Amino acid sequence: MVLGFKQETFRDDYTYCNSPREIKRFPFPFAEDRYMYSVNIEPHGKGKEGSVFEFALDIDEHYVAECIDKEITLEQDPGRYESLSHMMDAQWDFVELSMESLARDYPEHFSLKKNGLQWTWENKPLGIKDTFTFGDASTLAMDPFEYMGRQAQGDFVLLDQRDETLYADAGFVTTQADWSLAFNVGMSWKEWHGPVPRVTELGVMDRALKYLLNLQLGSPVRRLNWTMTINPRLDTSPESFPRWGSDRNTVNADNVGDRVHLRVELQSLFRLPRSNAIMFGVRCYLISLNEIATYPRWAKRLHRVLKDLHPDLIEYKGMTKFHPTVVEWLANFDDGVILELGTQPE
Amino acid sequence: MNMINIKVAAIEQVTPLVKHFTFVNKDGTALPAFSGGSHVVVSLDINGRVHRNPYSLMGSPEDTSAYHISVRKQEKSRGGSEYMHENVAVGMQFKITYPVNLFSLAKKGRKHILIAGGIGITPFMSQIADLKRTGADYELHYAFRSPEHGAFVSELEQGCGTKFHCYTDSNGERLNLDELLSQQPLGTHVYVCGPNSMVVAVLEKARNFGWPENHIHSEQFLAPPIGEPFKMQLARSNKEILVPAEMSMLEAIEAAGVEADFLCRGGVCGRCELQVLETDGALMHNDHFLTDAEKASCKKIMPCVSRAKCERLVLDI
Ligand code: FES
Repeated sequence: MVLGFKQETFRDDYTYCNSPREIKRFPFPFAEDRYMYSVNIEPHGKGKEGSVFEFALDIDEHYVAECIDKEITLEQDPGRYESLSHMMDAQWDFVELSMESLARDYPEHFSLKKNGLQWTWENKPLGIKDTFTFGDASTLAMDPFEYMGRQAQGDFVLLDQRDETLYADAGFVTTQADWSLAFNVGMSWKEWHGPVPRVTELGVMDRALKYLLNLQLGSPVRRLNWTMTINPRLDTSPESFPRWGSDRNTVNADNVGDRVHLRVELQSLFRLPRSNAIMFGVRCYLISLNEIATYPRWAKRLHRVLKDLHPDLIEYKGMTKFHPTVVEWLANFDDGVILELGTQPE
Repeated sequence: MNMINIKVAAIEQVTPLVKHFTFVNKDGTALPAFSGGSHVVVSLDINGRVHRNPYSLMGSPEDTSAYHISVRKQEKSRGGSEYMHENVAVGMQFKITYPVNLFSLAKKGRKHILIAGGIGITPFMSQIADLKRTGADYELHYAFRSPEHGAFVSELEQGCGTKFHCYTDSNGERLNLDELLSQQPLGTHVYVCGPNSMVVAVLEKARNFGWPENHIHSEQFLAPPIGEPFKMQLARSNKEILVPAEMSMLEAIEAAGVEADFLCRGGVCGRCELQVLETDGALMHNDHFLTDAEKASCKKIMPCVSRAKCERLVLDI
């Protein structure tokens, strides 16, 4: 499929917006009127054609702009990419997974030619063409993981498995949602997935970890997570809080539809072959309330979910300041009709 | 569960009891790369009954053109190893799982001591390829009964040089664990795979010498033991089935057409765990996964290797 890539920004003047096609394929996460936290892991198999689940790594009209935004974030804060020395096998696993899937799924835009260990990678949208030796990091201008992390949408963390748990021993994190914790390389799964209110008491995280320790090669899994972000900003990490934190105070009845965005993370987990590590991908999708409201069904559902959201979760997701304004605005779209189950737009 | 279709490309008799099988992808394409210490589960249809057995991958993880396994003919075979030895021929096709690694090298380890007994050498063959590739410091200690049972010795001598030490029992050679485990530098990891007595001895010695628990690694796949037949009820599938003497509970569940999870089929990974809803007798836990407290509670069972002695057993599946 040939994609047209937009020129837009995820900071300063925030020119990011979604085309009707992009709105329609948005991974709206609410199938019911009530939101309950659950681990909801499902196989990351080939999804419906055109959907964000169709391919292992999803690329959309924002691809080029997002890669440019990543570059800016990384330049301002080089610590967003880090890898411990024992993760080199996992780095190459990541290169293989990302290059193979992008070249297979988007042949118009990417190509990979292999001649033994001599690989030639071409990324047309970003104007990159390089030949290197697979497994020999000295043949690339930077770490293999950083090289491909810059060329795919979303964040990536490589988890080493040892001592019955997972350690985030390499990470490329430039589009982190506003969870309360800064990402640090070397963190264990539990440290990183710090307490989610109304969840830990149920032992959900332990079960998720147990499941992931047995994640199989060839059977990746995914789940959706969500929060809300003011302005279409990718980098809402704790480190850059001073740059975006005060935006929360600017929401009012006039600008809410434009400023407030639903932020959905498509989290995917792949077992990697050579390293036995796990690749944790977090692909971020942003949509403004105005864009959501182009599908009344979604506006109604979102209204109901947010209206009844537990205060602890409102706080956890950083929505306290603007939550009432959002609910009030969405109420205008909700006529109270019964909606059937499902996340479809219409 | 995603499976790979393979074709047997070569078979070699390595010792009187061990055969080496080479598998290639049925469609001729590359197989997935894997990490040292991985295994696959081979599915065999023997007279209409599906046998699934785990075997370590022995080749170099970098060589994706073929997978290699070695099978020791078991004296009390439930059919799998005997069938592999007597009936499997070049050109035959079957299904295997994707590689799974439950015996991986500690990537941060400074030195690695590998201890193998008999057919327990197999997972180390691929680990050694990884250790050599990354230039890690290691030693391999390999004990076997008599010279004719020393599978892959010349290959190892060649590949590992002075890092390779072997002990032939019939020549009176013994591996001295006290000596080996009492004087290793900080950051050394020990790995053992072999007969139960050897695994137990290594674990015990290492603990006594104060090795940290997470520096001690073992792999011991259990074959499901043969036992008394018993009946069980599968609550969610609404079925009552018999577990025959030479079938595991997991195999009986699968034979009844009920889908169940598994990875290792050897009591190690924990994936097959089932909730016991009701029982009036004793559960015979044979796995290495559940804690002693869990075993005593009679609330969980690992159907790949465990059995029961009872009139009534109701499982949540
Ligand atoms: S399948 Fe691994 S413990 Fe049963």
